[in-house]
Amino acid sequence: MTATEDTLLTSADLAAGGARGDDPDARGKFGVFGGRFVPEALIPALDEVAAEYEKARNDPAFISEFDGLLRTYAGRPTTLTEVPRFAEHAGGARIVLKREDLTHTGAHKINNVLGQALLTKRLGKTRVVAETGAGQHGVATATAAALMGLECVIYMGAVDCERQALNVARMKLLGATVVPVTNGSQTLKDAINEAFRDWVTNVDRTHYLFGTVAGPHPFPEIVRDFARIIGVEARRQIQELTGGLPDAVAAAVGGGSNAIGIFHAFIEDEGVQLHGYEAGGRGADTEEHALTLTTGSIGVLHGSRTYVLQDDEGQTIESHSISAGLDYPGVGPEHAWLKDSGRATYHGVTDDEAMEAFALLARTEGIIPALESSHALAGALRLGRELGPEATILVNLSGRGDKDMGTAMKYFNL
Amino acid sequence: MTTLQAVFEKARAEDRAALVGYLPAGFPTKDGAIAAATAMVEAGCDVIEIGLPYSDPLMDGPTIQDAVHRSLTNGTRIADVLRTVEGVARTGAATLVMTYWNPVDRYGAERFARDLASAGGAGTITPDLTPEEAGAWIEASEAAGIDTVFLVAPSSTDDRIAKVAACCTGFVYAASLMGVTGARESVSAAAEGLVKRTRSHTELPVCVGLGVGTGAQAAEVAAYADGVIVGSAFIRRLLDAPDEASGLAALRELARELAGGVRR
Repeated sequence: MTATEDTLLTSADLAAGGARGDDPDARGKFGVFGGRFVPEALIPALDEVAAEYEKARNDPAFISEFDGLLRTYAGRPTTLTEVPRFAEHAGGARIVLKREDLTHTGAHKINNVLGQALLTKRLGKTRVVAETGAGQHGVATATAAALMGLECVIYMGAVDCERQALNVARMKLLGATVVPVTNGSQTLKDAINEAFRDWVTNVDRTHYLFGTVAGPHPFPEIVRDFARIIGVEARRQIQELTGGLPDAVAAAVGGGSNAIGIFHAFIEDEGVQLHGYEAGGRGADTEEHALTLTTGSIGVLHGSRTYVLQDDEGQTIESHSISAGLDYPGVGPEHAWLKDSGRATYHGVTDDEAMEAFALLARTEGIIPALESSHALAGALRLGRELGPEATILVNLSGRGDKDMGTAMKYFNL
Repeated sequence: MTTLQAVFEKARAEDRAALVGYLPAGFPTKDGAIAAATAMVEAGCDVIEIGLPYSDPLMDGPTIQDAVHRSLTNGTRIADVLRTVEGVARTGAATLVMTYWNPVDRYGAERFARDLASAGGAGTITPDLTPEEAGAWIEASEAAGIDTVFLVAPSSTDDRIAKVAACCTGFVYAASLMGVTGARESVSAAAEGLVKRTRSHTELPVCVGLGVGTGAQAAEVAAYADGVIVGSAFIRRLLDAPDEASGLAALRELARELAGGVRR
């Protein structure tokens, strides 16, 4: 079965092994990365999720229901937009945006939450918990929970609740309970700890609707597969638009779900460079950044072996980014594997560079991007200058910037 | 005979369960932790678990999170943890380190096992290390001659219990409930069944932790388990005490109450 205009997703897009051959192994390992480092109490729940997902992704009825929601609820397929006025600042290379900002709720997160909310129902569970940093995954989860009649509890660092008050209000309006997390650094990593604590306590009726391609197996695989539609669509669309594959794909990397979502369909296209852009914060030479892949070391965080920002004794170091969605000291294990295998390359983009790209896209193209996506845009500007005017660069515009106007008003004195 | 074997043999001879007390290194202070654990031993704890403070303790409830946070703020390092073990082991109590995996991974598994053994440590409890990932740690621990304790939970299938128990030496840690550490009003009814199921897969002693905080609860658990593990209730005494001396007095009082419980 191939995708037609009526079907975005085919069983091949989610089906196990075979066609892609890059599923993690039985222990959930991508090379040495991934696995499960969690309390034994959670192992049966993780096994249950993995087994149900395996059934679901081979079940035409599940694929069809997910596909239907992506089309009629999330608003897929999202379009590509070529941005020539923006590209003038990149030495004239062709820059094409994948418009995930145009989905319902305004970011790529909706793809994963719809898939996992359907999975929650298949698991016979009635309650979801989730972590959120900027609030985007929280809003997306609350949205899917409202749609499907699931009870929803969102854990959010107290610091982030303050920074993203508007998203807190959105989640509440959607019927979710938002629990501010006041321990540790009071940001995303502590919200994840707290969501795990809730899950282990209420696991009989609760699914942890994990928001990124990190965490214990099978989350990195499930979240990737539900985000994979981004690249599946984009690969087809860019060939229709340009007659060929792009020279490079650029995406922002925090936990890594939007990046893996657009990279994955291109992994076997050896001529296509894959570039991930992490939050460089105030600079790699400062202590205030989230450069996990580019400056971190291999360790275990939130149930998975991956690159981590940690000190010499394995204590997690707090990250910093102007963009809350990239402000995370870990990263998905598949990115760690793509980095070490050399298939993808990861770079840092500072707060200032990202803000410059944010404003530039707004002024040249009338599109206000999310601060997260602005890191990928800044990366594309660099890539264009490196690759030259003949190059085509596909950028994942993972979300819209409405949520970031408070930050922008402060930064630009608007 | 290992230190832990001796503890359970003695308890069995006295027809009682062993009492296991938990305290993080560096809490309330670096030296204060040694003094506190020593007081707990003097008042009746047979085994002490020294917690290695970690920035992301996802199995711990608010009381232990609070103590660990204070410990890290005090600048506790792994060298301090080992020094604490050394001080407590000197009392003669079997002294274990309870640690999340990443600090050991970063320090180096072989190096940690060796240094812990040199400090007089009897072994480790590793709550987020599952059998699938534990191979290198078991090997390093065997080489250093220390015990490896892993956890089973009420949700564990019989297959999992068998797998986990096969990795354990010293004892098996049975988590009494689905949840995080912390004293509860009552001990979960799931605990007794879990101990029974665990016994059918191992000859090792089975100790029950999570949610135990009073002498009466200790007595209830001691009726079916080989050991009773108490953590948050001890920490709560220290957190609530106005000064160090009254904190130690409160610890002693609780340890005596629990020691009485495991002997009922």
